[in-house]
Amino acid sequence: MTGPAARLTRPLVRFRFDGRAYEARAGDTLAAALLANGVTLVARSFKYHRPRGIMAAGVEEPSALVTVGTGGRREPNTRATDVIVYDGLEAFSQNAWPSLDLDLGAVNGWLARLIPAGFYYKTFFGPPRRWMIYERFIRKAAGLGAPPVEPDPDGFAHRAAFCDLLVVGAGPAGLAAALAAAEAGQRVMLVEQDARVGGALLRDPVTIDGMAGVPWAEAAAQRIRMAGGRVLLRATANGYWDGNLVTVVERLAEPGQAPGASRLAQRLWKVRCGRVLLATGAIERPLAFAGNDRPGVMLSQAVRGYVRRFGVVPGRRAVIATSHDDGYRTAFALAEAGAEVVAVLDGRATPEGDLVERARARFPVFAAARPIATRTSGHRLAGVTAEVAGRTQAFAADLLAMAGGQTPVVHLHKQAGGELDWDEVTQAFVPGPSRQGQRSLGAAAGRSVLAAILAEAWEAGGGAARDFAVEDPCGPAQPAAAAVIPARLPGKAFVDFQNDVTLDDIDLAWREGYRSVEHLKRYTTLGMATDQGKTSNMAALARLAQAQGVAIPQAGLTTFRPPYTPTTLGAFAGPAVGDHAGPVRRLRLHAAHEALGAIWLPSGYWFRPRAYPQPGETPGEASLREARMVRSRVGLVDVSTLATFEIAGPDAAALLERVCATTVGRLAVGRGRYTFMLREDGLVFDDGTVWRIAEERFLLTSSTGGADRMAQHLSYVRNVLAPDLRVSVVNLQEHHCAAALAGPRATAVLERLTGDAAPLHMHCHRTAIAGTAVLVLAASYSGERAFEVYAPGDRIAAVWAALLAAAQEAGGGAYGLDAMDHLRVEKGHVVVGAEVDGRGTPADLGLGGMVRKAGGFVGWQGLQRPVLADPAGRRHLVGVESLAGPLPEGAMLVGRAGDEPQGHVTTAAPRVAGEGWIGLALLRDGASRHGETLHAWSATRGLDVPVRIGPPLFYDPEGARYRD
Amino acid sequence: MLLIDCPHCGPRAQEEFGYDRTLDSLVRIEDAPDAAMAALYARANPRGEDDEIWRHTFGCRGWMVLRRDRVSHAILSVRPLGPEALP
Amino acid sequence: MSGRYSALALLRGALGGHRHWGRAWRAAEPDGPYDVVVIGGGGHGLATAYYLASQHGVRKVAVVEKGWIGGGNTGRNTTIVRSNYRQPQLQRLLEHSLKLWEGLSDELNYNVMFSPRGALFLGHSDADMTRLAERGDSLRAMGIDAELLDLAAVRRLVPLLDCSPTARWPVQGGLIQRRGGTARHDAVAWGYARAADRLGVDIIENCEVTGFTRQGDAVTGVETTRGTIAAGKVAICVAGHSGHVAGLAGIRLPIESHTLQAYVTEPVKPMIDTVIMSQSLHCYISQSDKGGIVAGGDPDGFPSYAQRGQPMRLEDAIAQAIALVPALSRLRMVRCWSGVTDMSFDGSPIIGDLPLRNLHLNGGWCYGGFKATPGSGHLYAHHLATGSPHPIAAPFDLARFAVGRTIDEAGVGPMPQHR
Ligand SMILES: Cc1cc2nc3c(=O)[nH]c(=O)nc-3n(C[C@H](O)[C@H](O)[C@H](O)COP(=O)(O)OP(=O)(O)OC[C@H]3O[C@@H](n4cnc5c(N)ncnc54)[C@H](O)[C@@H]3O)c2cc1C
Ligand SMILES: [Zn+2]
Repeated sequence: MTGPAARLTRPLVRFRFDGRAYEARAGDTLAAALLANGVTLVARSFKYHRPRGIMAAGVEEPSALVTVGTGGRREPNTRATDVIVYDGLEAFSQNAWPSLDLDLGAVNGWLARLIPAGFYYKTFFGPPRRWMIYERFIRKAAGLGAPPVEPDPDGFAHRAAFCDLLVVGAGPAGLAAALAAAEAGQRVMLVEQDARVGGALLRDPVTIDGMAGVPWAEAAAQRIRMAGGRVLLRATANGYWDGNLVTVVERLAEPGQAPGASRLAQRLWKVRCGRVLLATGAIERPLAFAGNDRPGVMLSQAVRGYVRRFGVVPGRRAVIATSHDDGYRTAFALAEAGAEVVAVLDGRATPEGDLVERARARFPVFAAARPIATRTSGHRLAGVTAEVAGRTQAFAADLLAMAGGQTPVVHLHKQAGGELDWDEVTQAFVPGPSRQGQRSLGAAAGRSVLAAILAEAWEAGGGAARDFAVEDPCGPAQPAAAAVIPARLPGKAFVDFQNDVTLDDIDLAWREGYRSVEHLKRYTTLGMATDQGKTSNMAALARLAQAQGVAIPQAGLTTFRPPYTPTTLGAFAGPAVGDHAGPVRRLRLHAAHEALGAIWLPSGYWFRPRAYPQPGETPGEASLREARMVRSRVGLVDVSTLATFEIAGPDAAALLERVCATTVGRLAVGRGRYTFMLREDGLVFDDGTVWRIAEERFLLTSSTGGADRMAQHLSYVRNVLAPDLRVSVVNLQEHHCAAALAGPRATAVLERLTGDAAPLHMHCHRTAIAGTAVLVLAASYSGERAFEVYAPGDRIAAVWAALLAAAQEAGGGAYGLDAMDHLRVEKGHVVVGAEVDGRGTPADLGLGGMVRKAGGFVGWQGLQRPVLADPAGRRHLVGVESLAGPLPEGAMLVGRAGDEPQGHVTTAAPRVAGEGWIGLALLRDGASRHGETLHAWSATRGLDVPVRIGPPLFYDPEGARYRD
Repeated sequence: MLLIDCPHCGPRAQEEFGYDRTLDSLVRIEDAPDAAMAALYARANPRGEDDEIWRHTFGCRGWMVLRRDRVSHAILSVRPLGPEALP
Repeated sequence: MSGRYSALALLRGALGGHRHWGRAWRAAEPDGPYDVVVIGGGGHGLATAYYLASQHGVRKVAVVEKGWIGGGNTGRNTTIVRSNYRQPQLQRLLEHSLKLWEGLSDELNYNVMFSPRGALFLGHSDADMTRLAERGDSLRAMGIDAELLDLAAVRRLVPLLDCSPTARWPVQGGLIQRRGGTARHDAVAWGYARAADRLGVDIIENCEVTGFTRQGDAVTGVETTRGTIAAGKVAICVAGHSGHVAGLAGIRLPIESHTLQAYVTEPVKPMIDTVIMSQSLHCYISQSDKGGIVAGGDPDGFPSYAQRGQPMRLEDAIAQAIALVPALSRLRMVRCWSGVTDMSFDGSPIIGDLPLRNLHLNGGWCYGGFKATPGSGHLYAHHLATGSPHPIAAPFDLARFAVGRTIDEAGVGPMPQHR
């Protein structure tokens, strides 16, 4: 049972539109439900605010855009034809003020002659500020629906899938192909954007192998599932990418609807396919005539769909305007449902065939006839004026069903890199050669005879050749001839309904020389609306071809870009939002720091303790206290995030010599050295320390922020530049944690815990703390005697606890990153990201003396380039000492405020030992400017601080404090 | 998304891999400065095929040489990067 | 005849059915020899031709374009215009350009919709804020506007920004260049084309350069799909195709071509009034006058001439945009696209001479050359007309790579895939 009688058997569903309550039947689209309730005015168009109704029944709908849902689920610009009504659905009209019925924006329609395509390029001159004022109004007037302002309460998932065969579209062609493949044992996925399978079978009463179309389709889907195939409904294949990857967006909730238990609104499938069959159907073309956009003017197939699938008759008195047989099918469907067909206007001079003959017996059929204008009353269609064999004739009608030809849906085929062929009979582009093996079936391939479509699809799916018995009361469909666009048309004949692009606009663009399709499109905005030109592109092309006097394929073709239908951003983002917007790396000792009252500092994906403020302390006070604690007693800091690599093997030294610009090969066992690394262009990109643990075993540490880059670099040098070396590189940072103990009492604390003599400065040894074997490196970053203690990750808590207790006993405690920063500034140690900014040579950073003159490391060649080799004119690392209060970090170094910068303050810090502010800076020719007075000028912060330039070393210049 | 047939792991999604450089832009440590800078900075950058060094960074971490068409995105061959694959 | 554009002219058009508008630019046929042939009808190429004719009186100029003008990156970019870079050479270059943007609609008599709605960098940590302050201070010291904003000010400017302290990348403040903003990309190409055409420049579309004619080490013209065209000077201006076209002359460049993607959502009423950029998050967002949210992220990370992107980079960029502005989640993408960008090996453009006489290059603009369109054309024209670089463009010569005078805004070095 189909049609209005069947409708009443479906359960009631309640929804609201613009605040008014309505009833729908389960399974209705919002468009069907509105039509059933006699609501024909649904929207206002983008530019002229013309009253618009429902034109189509699927995703190609250009006009009936509404806002669905509220709060964070509000979805503006939702096609009423593409939302299934659910209980409680709230929809609102948009782009209309004060109301849909009386929309003041409609004045734009009266001004239409003033504001043709591209008018804004020709006016609104003057200074930019003036344009900004016009722009404010233009922006307000543009933009269709209002955006949500709240965060999205629902989730979106991503899911990967693999299949032998992906079939897109569950019309008869897609079903037949998927069924054949599934029953042949292939892993099959069938995806359908609609909520039901069946496609064209939902609107046309055919039988297949003796079964009515819709039950046949449902049975086929069932059999596919039984054979292990996956059938997804409300699932749109929206992108066909390289590598036979197809993305499919599955709606788990309708727009605006609260999702079920999964709390997921949509799921994005990434399907890597063996083969892809595209059975995506075809889209009906509208006709061009004045007033073709009025509520009540609809696509012919859509009308049939509303009648047969939803049992909704969109009008009582219908005119059919058609260029091929399709209009006749609609005429019969309407008549069957009790509507009166007042005229069939057939654009063909001599329509013939069985269907036409049968229609002539029932309806007034006019040959060589086409609509030329419409009449409305109260925003809805009241009559149609037609030209019949050269004479004008008027019909009273509240529905005009138009059939202007078929446009196969070739989007995915094109996205996949396929080419198109031109079919002269249907005046349509059809899929041509493919690049990724994709193949199109059914209407998407320009086919029209169902029995042949089924047989071809069956074979394409891998089934043995067979015939399908198809009965169609209208007889087999003929290829859909396209309507011819008249050379001249009075009035506004819309081509792009949503963006209000008329034939006149296209003609204007042509006149002005915007003649390539892309220029035309961009100048007029044709095809750029949310319907992506599904109903407009062919008409525009035809017009362009007409103007050029060439065939359509010569007029060109615009590209088809993903997504096939507009896709919710949340679906692309998937779970990577909110707390998952980026990974969080927690220190192994997170809880221990937390217990000490740490405040946190983001550092890449890590969160590291910034300071441990005591009650009443600001972070700044806390870090200064902590730094002074280190200078005077002892402190403990978590340095687990440092990049650490173990480099082992007979050629370990040889590898390090290639990576490091300093001498490392001659390092004695048990000793360590400061080192740095260059990029191939000769500039410093990271620094750290290198230790010889055993004859053939080294440890390399480098910066936290550069850890991934260093891992990559080591792997590159080892595997690409020096594949013959007998050496292994292991990233220890993933296994080990470390704490650094620093201060005048550090030696005592360490020795008490280990019972061993502490290693000398830049020596290392193995010992044990808290029953755990640890490696101790005596390196000082703070300028005090200091030790980095490395322990396996799962043992660090005990080691840290023991070190902390002992440090506290010695009058010390934990210190954070800010204190560490203060300490290192006093010592002039550089940091990647501040002083090491990827633009400096070793000499710029005062490290020139350490570079191996003989080369033999990455970057040595780059360093020979004259501008790098000559220090003159380069920025050098210097120390700056404030002569008046706090030093603004990042400030420019200038002779006087207002001058051009000569350098900038890279890091600033309060003095730990003593008072006042100091900093590090990069200054042009800085090495020779010690003693000069300059200004640290921060215009953005309104600060201007006189500073004295000096060496980048403020504390213990002899290094007496960390040597023994 | 490209599908790269890692010599070690088999076909894997491109997002697991990282492009490093073209084979002909390899700078060897032994190269003289002028030759090194020429390799580094003077790139063929063909609108067609080229040999490229990639790494299966989020997989086996191995290095390989892809022969790839930069217009069609077809991958014509994948070789493990051993001494024999290097110029 | 293509009359002057004005409100009055529009009114006249309204009365006459807009029949009086002529072609914005002629469909010129090759008609050599030319003083200068500019290869590439993008914004840069057209601007170069326009300034050659308007500033230097060089009128025998042709722009040859393989497709339709503006169809390359000019018509594909996210249209952000600003001069708030960090390196002084780039600051000078882009400020020169920004000043030209400010008068461009009037100069061209074509509304390019330059909209100085503000270009805002977000800071997500103390370190970010320091680097933003540094950038701001350096700009101000160069006489370029920059304003450091605290969190409250950022929130006022972009109320829909997630400013909560618990956000994964909490916003701490920002740096705004109020004179920065967006412009209408197509209009830039068309406006320059129309203005150049009126000065006699031949704009030749569907004309691909396939080789060069030479006499010894001097270039004497171009071979094209529409025949050989003789030229006194040949000016390459082909963005992502720089490597290919220079290759036709046997020249290798420090440039690799990579894909950059962008996307636009369905139009909605105004929700974001300024340009938002986050360098820590690698995304940038603005709202077009039509109402679509236009945004992008990082390049795809490997060489390609395909103008076809990979979905995961798109997903990253979208996720980051939603992290910044959660209300974007329910908007729908209506289109995504890609351009072939000419990634230079220090991230800065190359403007100047090539090793062959009479052959010149303007390229290597990476993913950031739209903002430079007027300035780049202006300076390149100067170079072509006078035979020597304009002081502002001088640092951007090709020789800088060999001598080590690179201008590396990101400090990344010769690794375009990490830029
Ligand atoms: C997605 C994306 C977003 C971007 N966002 C921004 C942004 O927000 N702000 C910003 O400042 N920049 C941005 N850019 C960069 C900017 O678009 C480019 O740097 C700039 O447009 C380059 O200008 P052009 O005029 O030289 O290039 P194009 O417009 O690409 O022009 C080059 C022209 O040369 C033609 N050509 C190529 N080969 C030949 C040949 N052999 N013969 C004849 N003609 C040829 C091409 O067809 C093309 O039209 C973005 C780029 C992309 C891809
Ligand atoms: Zn692998």
